[in-house]
Amino acid sequence: MIEMEKITKVFPGGVVANREVDFKIASGQVHALLGENGSGKTTLMNILYGMHRATSGTISRSSQTLTIGSPSDAISHGIGMVHQHFMLVPTLTVAENVVLGTSAGPNRLCPFLNLREAEERIASLSREYRLDVDPRAEVWQLPVGAQQRVEIVKALYRDADVLILDEPTAVLTPQEANDLIDVLSNLASRGKSIVFISHKLNEVISLADEITVLRNGDMIGMVRKKDTDAKDLARMMVGRSIEPPELPNRSPGEPMLTVKSLCVEDDRKLEAVKDVSFTLRAGEILGVAGVDGNGQKELVEAIAGVRRAVSGSVETKHQGVSNREYARRIGHVTEDRLKTSVVLDFSLWENFGIKTCDTSPHASWLGMNIGSLKAATEAAISEFRIKSRGPDEKISSLSGGNQQKLVLARELGLKPDILLAAQPTRGLDVGAAEYVHQRLIEERQNGMAILLVSTELEEILAISDRVIVLYEGKIMGALAARKATREVLGLMMAGERLEEMERSPGERN
Amino acid sequence: MEALLSILNAEFLAASIRLATPLLFATLGGILCERSGVINIGLEGMMLVGALMGVFGSWYLNSPTLGFLVGVLSGALVALLHGFVCISLRSNQIVSGVAINLIAIGLTSFLIRIVFGLADQQRIVPHFNSYPFPVLGQIPFIGPAFFNQLTLVYIAFLMVPVSWFILFKSRWGLAITAAGEHPKSAASVGIDPQFVRHVCVVLSGAFAGAGGAFLSLGQLHFFQDEMVAGRGFIALAAVIFGRWNPVGGMIACLIFGAADALQFRGQAVGMGIPHQFMLMLPYALTLAILIIAGGKSKAPAAIGIPFRR
Repeated sequence: MIEMEKITKVFPGGVVANREVDFKIASGQVHALLGENGSGKTTLMNILYGMHRATSGTISRSSQTLTIGSPSDAISHGIGMVHQHFMLVPTLTVAENVVLGTSAGPNRLCPFLNLREAEERIASLSREYRLDVDPRAEVWQLPVGAQQRVEIVKALYRDADVLILDEPTAVLTPQEANDLIDVLSNLASRGKSIVFISHKLNEVISLADEITVLRNGDMIGMVRKKDTDAKDLARMMVGRSIEPPELPNRSPGEPMLTVKSLCVEDDRKLEAVKDVSFTLRAGEILGVAGVDGNGQKELVEAIAGVRRAVSGSVETKHQGVSNREYARRIGHVTEDRLKTSVVLDFSLWENFGIKTCDTSPHASWLGMNIGSLKAATEAAISEFRIKSRGPDEKISSLSGGNQQKLVLARELGLKPDILLAAQPTRGLDVGAAEYVHQRLIEERQNGMAILLVSTELEEILAISDRVIVLYEGKIMGALAARKATREVLGLMMAGERLEEMERSPGERN
Repeated sequence: MEALLSILNAEFLAASIRLATPLLFATLGGILCERSGVINIGLEGMMLVGALMGVFGSWYLNSPTLGFLVGVLSGALVALLHGFVCISLRSNQIVSGVAINLIAIGLTSFLIRIVFGLADQQRIVPHFNSYPFPVLGQIPFIGPAFFNQLTLVYIAFLMVPVSWFILFKSRWGLAITAAGEHPKSAASVGIDPQFVRHVCVVLSGAFAGAGGAFLSLGQLHFFQDEMVAGRGFIALAAVIFGRWNPVGGMIACLIFGAADALQFRGQAVGMGIPHQFMLMLPYALTLAILIIAGGKSKAPAAIGIPFRR
């Protein structure tokens, strides 16, 4: 029904985001746009929604050419989009957000709002499509899943019959994701066309009728779900077949990190970590699962010594050393690479030496030995296979994967006995993520104690020995990774305690 | 104590309201501007320009009403410059506002000397007189306190419900709030946040110009160097204290107006307090109110941040 033909998008600066991409959406279908980060999926959909203009190519609907220069054009052609970062004004109510930018009633110039009418229509849309949205609630009070449904209502209120969703499950718990999948299939069965952008194979396979795969801005192909499987799609997406990482057997050693009744506040002085206790042993990877923003950041920062705990204790072998020395002894891959792991304006060697530039062998009494720092960086570049033009290149010109490899090289180069790895593969392509996983497993074999924080359950399940789940700052339970299932972890991520589930397995609905 | 009681009468109330009026004009402008996401520290300078141009307009057009309109327009014109610098060029809003205040001081003292001449700077121009309401003005106490004011006072207070209605009950208000809280979401539904902000900044300049012209044509009847004397900044405090709501802003302005009136009366009655101390009162009150309101009030989330697509 909607057809994009030979779409090319070149950004100022020469980056080609899409190269002659064809994309077709039929009505009543769920169409997945699959590809790695940076493959051009979001750009393509932003073009359809009028946020970007294509450099060349045409968009047509029922063989009529459309000109879409702005989101309003897209809306008037019945196209709606749910962005990855929601486009909602938190201080307004649901109804106010929905009517924002619409011209109410028959008189376009009439400035007055008829919120009651809007509220009624939202309520009826909510009933019709089973969206469970309260039009009078203020948006900031709603959980993420509900905010997402508000975005869907917003599109439906504007009579959208094509709905684009950008990475819709990224912010949801597995159960919320399942609910969303139900909502989307329901919408499709009522004749709406759904496009959803994703890099997760399992959800693409469970939801889509048709799948278009992009890689590096090129369209690799369009397949029907019944003609393909996960392996095929992975090969199309990455360009080669990928093997899941394997965790060799190893029994853990002595405790390296003991956290006892730890309470930590976030930047707003709200309690973010509540009475958390666990032990991490040598040669063990402990996965910390949970939806983003449930205290993971504060927990890791408190252990790393960059955030003061309110109460409780963190015990390691490194008590009583200076803060600077402590930072050298605990490896820390921070969750926001660009903000807290690297200095973007610094070169590779400066970033590499940021922790060690004032200790031997890189420093003498007063001076810093730039030569030895550069040599060490050079060695790290070849060991970690970092694609760069050498130690003097600015880190900002590297891809995310190569930046992360440098961070990993820096942190592992200190030979710490504890590594805190927060979202170590976030935003990385499959190849780089594979490499990071391999390295972590290797270090585990050599006896390092690793705390792996991730919002991706697949990652946690694949390379952890044990898993704990954080929900609103509290541990919902701990279990061996090989006994854990997505379902159980998902329930824990939504706030159910493991012990309660075990106590009453029959009573759950 | 007796002296204090002696000044709390109908006349005092009337003075409070009259002195609150220029603040109220500027405060309403400030609320509009800040709700759309632009800080307007330049209110002070825009008021000053409005005061001067009001005097010029009234003198040469021989009508205080036309003079007032000239003051309003000149304030809007200065604001257009602020909008161009802050919204179109995405420069720092504080720096632009400070520059406007400094330029306004120099420009107005220069122009008054050039146009009216050194000797005749403080020329009295055609000005507004109070308009007592036919029936309401006769009520004892309430009449002289509330219904024996300049027409502009009634207009200023009428603007409170009008702007409240526009901000909270109209599509335009929704667009303004969206531009100030989360401009990207406004852009995603086809509202141009930059356009919305331009309109709000220009309107805030018009309001500030009105406040300035009220000072010169309604109260002083001539122009004096730096006659706004910090009222633009007090209005900024009233914006915050009133939590970006016209009704709250009005209450804040009335408190400031009362402090100002108290200061005048106190000087006149002579309560044995040095008049310099009384003069300080409105400004000290501003600081006190900002300290009290400081942590609690919540500014629009995107205030001060230029919008980029």
